[in-house]
Amino acid sequence: MLIWIPLLPLLGFLINTFAGRRLPKAMSGGLASLAMLAAFGVSVVEVAALLNQAPGGRELVQTVYTWIASGDFQIPVTLRLDPLSALMILVVTGIGFLIHVYSTAYMHDEPAPEYARYFSYLNLFAFFMLLLVLAANFIILFVGWEGVGLCSYLLIGFWYQKPSAADAGKKAFIVNRIGDVGFILGVLLAFVRFGTLDFQRIAAALGPLAPEAAFGAVSLIALLLFIGATGKSAQIPLYIWLPDAMEGPTPVSALIHAATMVTAGVYLIGRNAVLFTHAPDVLLIVAVIGALTAVWAGMFGLVQTDIKRVLAYSTVSQLGYMFLAMGVGAYAAGIFHLFTHAFFKALLFLGAGAVIHALAGEQDLRYMGGLRRDLPITYWTFLIGSLAIAGVPGLAGFFSKDEILYRTFASGHPWLWLIGAATSLMTAIYMFRLVFLAFHGPRRVRHDHDHDPAGSHAHAHLHDAPRAMGIPLVVLALGSILAGYIGFPEMFGGANWIEHFLEPSFTAPAVAESLEGAEAAAGAASHSLELVLVIVSSILALAGIALAAQLYLKRPGVSARLAERFPRLYRFLVNKGYVDEIYDELFVQPVKSLSDNVLWNSLDTKVIDGAVNGVGTIVGETGGVVRHLQTGSMRAYALSVLLGAVLMVGYYLWR
Amino acid sequence: MLLTFLVLAPIAGAAIIACTSGRREALIRRTALAVSVVEFGLTLLLWTRFDGTSAEFQFIERRAWIPAFGVDYFIGVDGISLFLVVLTGFLTPLALLSSWESVHDRVKEFSLFVLALESAMVGVFISLDLFLFYIFWDAMLIPMYFLIGIWGYDRRVYAAIKFILYTMGGSVLMLVAILTLAYYHGAVTGMPSFDLLKLYALPLPGWLQFWGFLAFTMAFAIKVPLFPFHTWLPDAHVEAPTAGSVILAGVLLKMGTYGLVRFAFPLFPDAALYFAPYLAGLAVIGIVYGALVAMVQPDLKKLVAYSSVSHLGFVALGISAMNVQGVQGAVYQMLNHGVSTGALFLIVGMLSDRRHTRLIAQFGGLKKVLPKLTTAFLIITLASIGLPGLNGFVGELLILVGAFRWDPRYAAVAATGVLLSAVYMLWMFQRVNYGPVTNEENAHLPDLTLRERWALWPAVAMCIFMGVAPMVFLKPMEPSVTRLVEQVHRNQGQQVRILPR
Repeated sequence: MLIWIPLLPLLGFLINTFAGRRLPKAMSGGLASLAMLAAFGVSVVEVAALLNQAPGGRELVQTVYTWIASGDFQIPVTLRLDPLSALMILVVTGIGFLIHVYSTAYMHDEPAPEYARYFSYLNLFAFFMLLLVLAANFIILFVGWEGVGLCSYLLIGFWYQKPSAADAGKKAFIVNRIGDVGFILGVLLAFVRFGTLDFQRIAAALGPLAPEAAFGAVSLIALLLFIGATGKSAQIPLYIWLPDAMEGPTPVSALIHAATMVTAGVYLIGRNAVLFTHAPDVLLIVAVIGALTAVWAGMFGLVQTDIKRVLAYSTVSQLGYMFLAMGVGAYAAGIFHLFTHAFFKALLFLGAGAVIHALAGEQDLRYMGGLRRDLPITYWTFLIGSLAIAGVPGLAGFFSKDEILYRTFASGHPWLWLIGAATSLMTAIYMFRLVFLAFHGPRRVRHDHDHDPAGSHAHAHLHDAPRAMGIPLVVLALGSILAGYIGFPEMFGGANWIEHFLEPSFTAPAVAESLEGAEAAAGAASHSLELVLVIVSSILALAGIALAAQLYLKRPGVSARLAERFPRLYRFLVNKGYVDEIYDELFVQPVKSLSDNVLWNSLDTKVIDGAVNGVGTIVGETGGVVRHLQTGSMRAYALSVLLGAVLMVGYYLWR
Repeated sequence: MLLTFLVLAPIAGAAIIACTSGRREALIRRTALAVSVVEFGLTLLLWTRFDGTSAEFQFIERRAWIPAFGVDYFIGVDGISLFLVVLTGFLTPLALLSSWESVHDRVKEFSLFVLALESAMVGVFISLDLFLFYIFWDAMLIPMYFLIGIWGYDRRVYAAIKFILYTMGGSVLMLVAILTLAYYHGAVTGMPSFDLLKLYALPLPGWLQFWGFLAFTMAFAIKVPLFPFHTWLPDAHVEAPTAGSVILAGVLLKMGTYGLVRFAFPLFPDAALYFAPYLAGLAVIGIVYGALVAMVQPDLKKLVAYSSVSHLGFVALGISAMNVQGVQGAVYQMLNHGVSTGALFLIVGMLSDRRHTRLIAQFGGLKKVLPKLTTAFLIITLASIGLPGLNGFVGELLILVGAFRWDPRYAAVAATGVLLSAVYMLWMFQRVNYGPVTNEENAHLPDLTLRERWALWPAVAMCIFMGVAPMVFLKPMEPSVTRLVEQVHRNQGQQVRILPR
């Protein structure tokens, strides 16, 4: 049965690819959504079956066929459902379905063939994403990993006639491929080290071993895999593709570049938790990169004027949180945040999409304002999403974020905690800056209509999200409130169900039980610390919202004056730290110049080909000289014979 | 008799065409196509009759030819050559279809040369006698020379002569080595022989292995082409007509890597293992170098040509690793490259038929105008950059696994090829197909014709099929590959002095 979960969206893809052009739009959109709904249904059934099993040994396995086999290198298409992948398939199919439904309305202005193309890509994405999270070995995971990258490429560049969209798609693919080089090498090394690429067998092989004290083969595998994760999950130094990926249609940003694909790197670490646990050096690197990315991206989120780019930097920042959690060994907390983030970030993107839809393509916060009256559903749901991501107590983000911050502190990394807490403050500020600029205050309309992407007529008549868009917003808003309660902390009398549910996925089969006892003992000791940290971060969240209200609602001039006071800092932030420019100068241009001027136009055409042509010329000229000897004249031949004879006789006489 | 029939069928077709009046072009085209399709059917028949569980040569035919010198007509296929024969059968009809509208001049001679070339190519893959092999090897050059020199583009004569001199330069060395081998067999056993299987079994002294391997490998390295013997390739491709490029990239380049697998490595196993790191060094340089140079090409055909240098570097790396994954990946990648690069040349040919230019800068926004062509183009592009689910990935993965086991350093450099191929292919794809239509001449181009679809869709379908179900090919191939690997490693442990004193 497991195979049907990815297969149903694949079926949707095939139908829309081959028949989509001839189908009416309602059919192609409906079919794609139905495929997702069916996949969600099958997922629920399978997860229910999983829950019926005894905790600790929960898994469902299906091997479809042997894909590649060469000697002892055997790659079967095996799907394995365990607690971790169970959570992931529910997110992918559930939120995926909502976004499909939303898209049927959002993409309504596209002509039928383009509409079908959009949904076929979306379904294909779901197929690969489900393959990724269900894969039982590295290679099948990599198939999903590359497949979602392809769909991301195709969907970012969906409006391919726009050069910036085509550029952004290509950038996403290539930056991801940089990470993939690391991923592939990590997988190769894992195969040589363990003789298998099955996750469970690798974990079992590592189980009895102690974590590597020095940086060895296991650490190198973990590091190489993490390089792959920094590409897919947009972490320093490879995060630069994600802000540009906002060129794609907004539901795509919600599904691929917020809720699912970009979390694949976090998932990768969770899937290989045992491996990473055995590489403590690398875990520290993961934690540091995660924390730095969280604060670095958060900074740029503070000043962006494009509504989607604010959210994009926010996503990078939140992914940093997840890596921070993974890095301090709090795998369940990281995946928990992945789960809650999927709800509120999808909600925020879809809300932004509703705003953009209502404003006929306007994405600039400077030309919004006062929308809460005209777009009540969008406003209220967006507000819930913002409260959730800011970490206001009681909403989803609060639980998962506090779990991460607490575990970071408890693991003995107060500095990383401080960075995380600072990011938390920033998150509240930039999110409520966005809320206040877009939905509160006076309306600000763009006057230079030349730059208005969709003309001015739509501004006159604002309408809230139609039903197909409104319902997903409401459902996601409910999720953004409730999703946190599956991880209700023990200190408030909760069971932290999610952590116990996921734990078997993060431990080697043999040692799972012994660890569980130790965890419980460690948890009980520090509830007081946890409480203090929760209070601190709640205060930070509220303070951030209050500060944003001061800056963007009550005294709107202050932020501009701040920008004037610190012009350099402001320019640095607005220009995204000049990172794209630095990469271009450091890597892109030198490689182009090397290839063009040195390799092609000197080495290839002058040196190598020059040598070849030189040999040709020499052969030709030698032939030319030798030819003169063959004159056909008897006297010349006779002369040369005579000359030769004289020389030979002379040689023997005088030697 | 099936194998002999496979060699003779295209030549027989060529003979029929030779007797037809040159003015009946339509008839000639159809006859040539029919012959090549029948030939493809025969190669499939060969495949179905092939015993995939055996490592031995099958369909063996042997007749004494020049008994005094130990020359036999000795042919057969194993799991390695089988698929290269099928590939030849698969690509030739596509190449003929591609020239349907682009070749108007001397259709009779054109069709005749293509069919003759097919016979020679099949002959190379099935020869088990070195003399016979050499005859076919050189026989290939003649039709290819004319295909480039007569039906090529502006600098076709220069390119044709460069092609022939380069390859002849290599072949001469190989001929000397072949004769030496046969003579050495005579010196040891009292009877000279060109029989490959007998020569496999003959223990060779270090000096002979050293020079023999170098001579053979020189000939094959030029053909592959390995860096730095590749500069004939861009010229030959750019000037060749589409059909010529398809066959050149699709089949002819594999002669080099096939030669390494069939002759250079098993004949001179100790020298091969001694030289393997150097060969792998050239291979990985080729992977990176070909990719970087491909990146900056303004001409589509040159870009694809340099990308071939990069892809064939992967193949040579897999062979150098000389373990089951490496060699199996290499042979699979030969097939992949044949299909996907053959298809790329078909596409470039279709664009050039429409616009009479191959400069990337002349295109842009074609997706809007040519949606079907662009879809095929996209799939082939993705196959070429090794996207999982398409054929290229399987080959590259196996090669990397093999290379990594052998020496991780080469695999690490080669893995960057995975990144670079995405850079040059996607950048090219974007400049040709995305963005607005900037050039008015591109605005009203016709999409794929029925004939073009018949040329292109089979290749696209193969890219998907070979990516999803590689075991169809890998399984019957494995016994032969395993035997080869064991054969090359047979002397390991015994000290055979390779360096000449």
